[in-house]
Amino acid sequence: MKHDETAGMAHPLEDLVRMDRIPHIWCPGCGIGSVFTSCLTAVKQTNIPYNQFTMVSGIGCSGRGAGYINIDSFHTTHGRAIPFASGIKMARPDLNVIVFSGDGDLFAIGGNHFIHAARRNMDLTVICVNNLTYGMTGGQVAATTPFKARSSTTALGNPDTPFNLPLLAYASGATYVARWTMLHARDLADCIQEAILRRGFSFIEVLSPCPINYGRRNREKTLETLKKYHDNTIVKNGASPTELEVDFNKGVILGKFIDIEKPTCDEVYRRMYRPPEETTENRKSR
Amino acid sequence: MKYWRVPLDSGEIQITRGRVHIIEDRCKGCGYCIEYCPREVLEFSKKFNAKGYHPPQVKNEDCLNCHYCELLCPEFAIYSEAAFGQ
Repeated sequence: MKHDETAGMAHPLEDLVRMDRIPHIWCPGCGIGSVFTSCLTAVKQTNIPYNQFTMVSGIGCSGRGAGYINIDSFHTTHGRAIPFASGIKMARPDLNVIVFSGDGDLFAIGGNHFIHAARRNMDLTVICVNNLTYGMTGGQVAATTPFKARSSTTALGNPDTPFNLPLLAYASGATYVARWTMLHARDLADCIQEAILRRGFSFIEVLSPCPINYGRRNREKTLETLKKYHDNTIVKNGASPTELEVDFNKGVILGKFIDIEKPTCDEVYRRMYRPPEETTENRKSR
Repeated sequence: MKYWRVPLDSGEIQITRGRVHIIEDRCKGCGYCIEYCPREVLEFSKKFNAKGYHPPQVKNEDCLNCHYCELLCPEFAIYSEAAFGQ
């Protein structure tokens, strides 16, 4: 390396990243790398040993996350990140399972899995990187593309209403719902840390720019999107999930909206179906 | 930052200082760190890195070691550490 000052020094997150795979595939100006950095920072902040984490991703740009983190991780089939994560959680309830995926993967093809994992209160931390489009496949209209926004398949503007993801998560039974943008990196890292440390289904939506496939068609450069995240957002913790549409003209509400306690799926299942005298250890010793 | 008078506790307040390290060849030139540094420590350099982007360079000594650039950089290309003896 040419830069003398960095000789012998390393980025503090290098122990958590598979450095042999860096540079990653994310485009210049893409926000997924920032969300990923916040997520790794949160993992580091918890002070839990790294072998007690696992990360699961689906398909898409954000789905690459599992391939870049240097802990046990799983890059699954399209939309099926949550079923794989649920399986891991039921088999190994001691692990902290993080699902890091995109809006298309979690809410379009994987929407059904999401609502049922939320309903059953699986003990997962779901981080949804919402870039408002299908970035990897060429900017097609997604379930989260705002009304009238242009995409490669809706050249005159999107005629449909997008999902309000925090409302969907809350209505399905999620016990922790938050939304940030990638620019609110510190709040986001603290929020992910809190979500990892608590029990129950935690959902964090993160707005992130896609300059190549969304920004270009909507006349928006990356730093303009970031300026919008800075100027047109309102932090309002505890806001009602019904008022959380992504509409930058009205102002997008960020914050932690829901935090309730409920018994988790693996806990109730074990209590009802695996009473203490029936565990495998007891059976072996008998 | 300018004050209308010297704050009464200005002698007791310890200001943290930091030094920014840039791993130039990882940079993809998105400009997040330059735009959002609260102390405006960084600017685009004229030179190119191995990928052909202009990496940031440090233009002044105002860094407060807030680590925001480190948290915002998508490429793990910038970090700061505490600097002492100033």
